[in-house]
Amino acid sequence: MGQFLQQLINGIQIGSIYALIALGYTMVYGIVKLINFAHADIFMVGAYMGFFLAPVMAKIFGGAFIPTIIAAMLITGLLGFVMEKLAYRPLRYKSRLSALITALGVSIFLENFCAMPFVFGPTFRKFPDLIVAKNIPIPGNLGLSISNVLLLDVGVSVFLMVLLFWFVNKTLIGKQMRAVSFDKPTASLMGINIDVVISTAFIVGAALAGAGGILYGTTYGMLASPFLGIWPGMKAFIAAVLGGIGNIPGAVLGAYIMGISEAFATSVNSNLGYGIAFAILIGILLIRPSGLLGKFVPEKV
Amino acid sequence: MTFLRAHRTIATVIAFVLVYAIIKVLNRAGILNAYYIQLIMLVGINIVMTVSLGMVNGFTGQFSIGHAGFMAVGAYTSAMITTVWLHATTANPWVGYPVFIVAILAGGLMAAGAGYLVGAPSLRLKGDYLAIVTLCANELIRTVIRVTDVLGGPRGLGGIPKFTTLEVVFVFAIVSVVLMRNYLFSSHGRSMKAIRDSEIAAEATGINTTKQKVFVFVFSAFFAGVSGGVFAHLLQFIHPDNFSFMKSLEYLIYLYIGGAESISGAIVGPVIFTLLPELMRSLQSWRMVIYPLILILTMIFRTEGIMGLKEFSFILIPQRQRKEATA
Repeated sequence: MGQFLQQLINGIQIGSIYALIALGYTMVYGIVKLINFAHADIFMVGAYMGFFLAPVMAKIFGGAFIPTIIAAMLITGLLGFVMEKLAYRPLRYKSRLSALITALGVSIFLENFCAMPFVFGPTFRKFPDLIVAKNIPIPGNLGLSISNVLLLDVGVSVFLMVLLFWFVNKTLIGKQMRAVSFDKPTASLMGINIDVVISTAFIVGAALAGAGGILYGTTYGMLASPFLGIWPGMKAFIAAVLGGIGNIPGAVLGAYIMGISEAFATSVNSNLGYGIAFAILIGILLIRPSGLLGKFVPEKV
Repeated sequence: MTFLRAHRTIATVIAFVLVYAIIKVLNRAGILNAYYIQLIMLVGINIVMTVSLGMVNGFTGQFSIGHAGFMAVGAYTSAMITTVWLHATTANPWVGYPVFIVAILAGGLMAAGAGYLVGAPSLRLKGDYLAIVTLCANELIRTVIRVTDVLGGPRGLGGIPKFTTLEVVFVFAIVSVVLMRNYLFSSHGRSMKAIRDSEIAAEATGINTTKQKVFVFVFSAFFAGVSGGVFAHLLQFIHPDNFSFMKSLEYLIYLYIGGAESISGAIVGPVIFTLLPELMRSLQSWRMVIYPLILILTMIFRTEGIMGLKEFSFILIPQRQRKEATA
C-alpha cells in the first residue's frame, strides 16, 4: 500500500511536468495542425536557461526560483515566436508534411546548435538548487514522504494551467484562438488576425515548456545534454494525443495518466516504463480514435 | 547510341554495370577505402527504405512515421535465423548464402505481418492516426526487443555473419526498386494515386480504399524488413537503439527532401543526405548544425523536394511498351 501510494505521488510529479509540455503541443496542433517536434527542444532550452540564469537571478533578487522561471519563460516564449516566424510561417499555406519536416529540421538544429561548445556545450551539468530540497514525512505508519520539490512542481504547474484556462476562456485573444482552431477561414473573415493568434499560441506554448524545463531541472538536479528534451517531449506529445489533441483539459488529463502509469511500470521494469506509454496510447486510440476528451469530427464531402 | 536509345532497358543495365565496375576499380586502386564502400552499401539500403516509405507517404498520401520499427523486425528476425538458429557463421558460402536469402525474406515476411497488425486497424481511420500509431508501434517494437532476453535485450545482438557485400546490396537495391516501380506503374499504383488525390472520389470510382491502403502498407513494411535484414548483416551488430523513432525520422527527411511523389526523388534524397554529412566531415561539429539548416531551407524554397514530380527517364516505362499496353 505504501509502495502504491508512493508511486502514485511520483507519477503525479512527473505528470505535472509532462502536462506543461503537452499543453504547448496541443495548442499548436489545435491551431495550425502541426506536430511541432521542436517543442521538446524549447523545453530543453528552458532547462538550460535555469542553469545559466539562476546564479544571476540569485545575485539580483536574493531568491532564485520565481525570477528564474519568469525569465526562462520570457526567453523560451521569444524563441517560440522567432521559430514560428522564420521556419513555419513561410510554409503555412503549403503542404502540412513539409511543415512537419521543417519542424524536424528545427529540432535537429536546436539540439546540435545548443550542443556546440560556445552555446550550452555537450557535457553534463549540475542544475543549481533553486530551492532547498526537504522531505516532509506524511503522518501514519505507511512510511510515505513528500518532498517540497514535488509540492513545488505540482503547485507551479497547476497555477500555470489555471492561468492558461483563464487566458483561453476569458480573454479576447483566447476567444480568437478558439475561433481559429475551430475554423480558420471563417475566423479570418470575422476580422481575426490569424498571424497574431498563431504567434500567440507558439509563444504561450513555448513559455509553458520553458517553465516545464525549470521544473525538470529542479526535480532531477541535473541536465544530461542538449538532447535531453527528446524523450520527455515524446511522452508529452503522446499525452496530448491520449487526451485528444487540440483539447487543453485533455492534454492535462493525458499527462497525468501518462505520468502515473509510467511511475508504476518503471517500478516493475525500467524498460517497461519506457514502453508503457505507447501501449496505452495504441489501446486508447483503438477504442476512442479521437482521444479521451477529443471530439469526433465526421468527414464532410 | 541510337541502339541504346531504342533499348532503354539494356542501356540501364549497362549503366548499372558501369557504376558497379567504377566503384570496384576505385576500390582496387585504393581511392575508395573500406569505409567508403560501407557508406555506399548504406546508401543502397537507405534507397530501398526510402522508396518503400515513399509508396505509403508519397504515392498513397498516408503518413507513416515509424518505418524503422519494421526494419527492426526484419533485422532481428533474419539475424536470429542466421546467427542463433542455423549457426551460419561457420558454414561455407554455398550453404551460407541460401540461408541468408531465406533469412532476409523471413525477416521481410515478419515485418509485413507487423505492418498488417499496425496498418489494418489504423488505416480505416482518416487523419493523423496512422502517424501516431506507427510512431507508437516503432517505439513499442523497440521496447519489446529491449525486454526480450533472447534477442539480446538492451545489450544488442552481436556476432551476425557478414553476408552483405557490395554485390548483395547492388542486386538487392535494384531488384527492390524495380519491383516497387512496377507496382507503382500498375493499376494498383494508379488506385494509390487516386486515394492520395481524393480518397472520397477514389471510393466513389469503386476502389476499395482500405484494402488498397493496407496492402500498400504491408508491401512497404515487407521491403523495410528485408532492408533491415541486409542492414543487420552489414553492421554485424544490431542494437534496439539503431531502430529508434529518430531513425524513422531520418527516412522521412530523405524522402521529403528528395521529393515524396517521385521514385527518383526517393533515390536522390538518401544518396545526397547519406553522403552529405560525410562530405562535410571536415567541418566537424558544425556539420550537424548546417545539415538541418539545409533541410529547412530546402523545404522553404523547394517544398516539393529536389525532384518534385519529375522522374529519371530510366525509371519510366519506355514509350514503345506504353503504346503497346494502351493499344
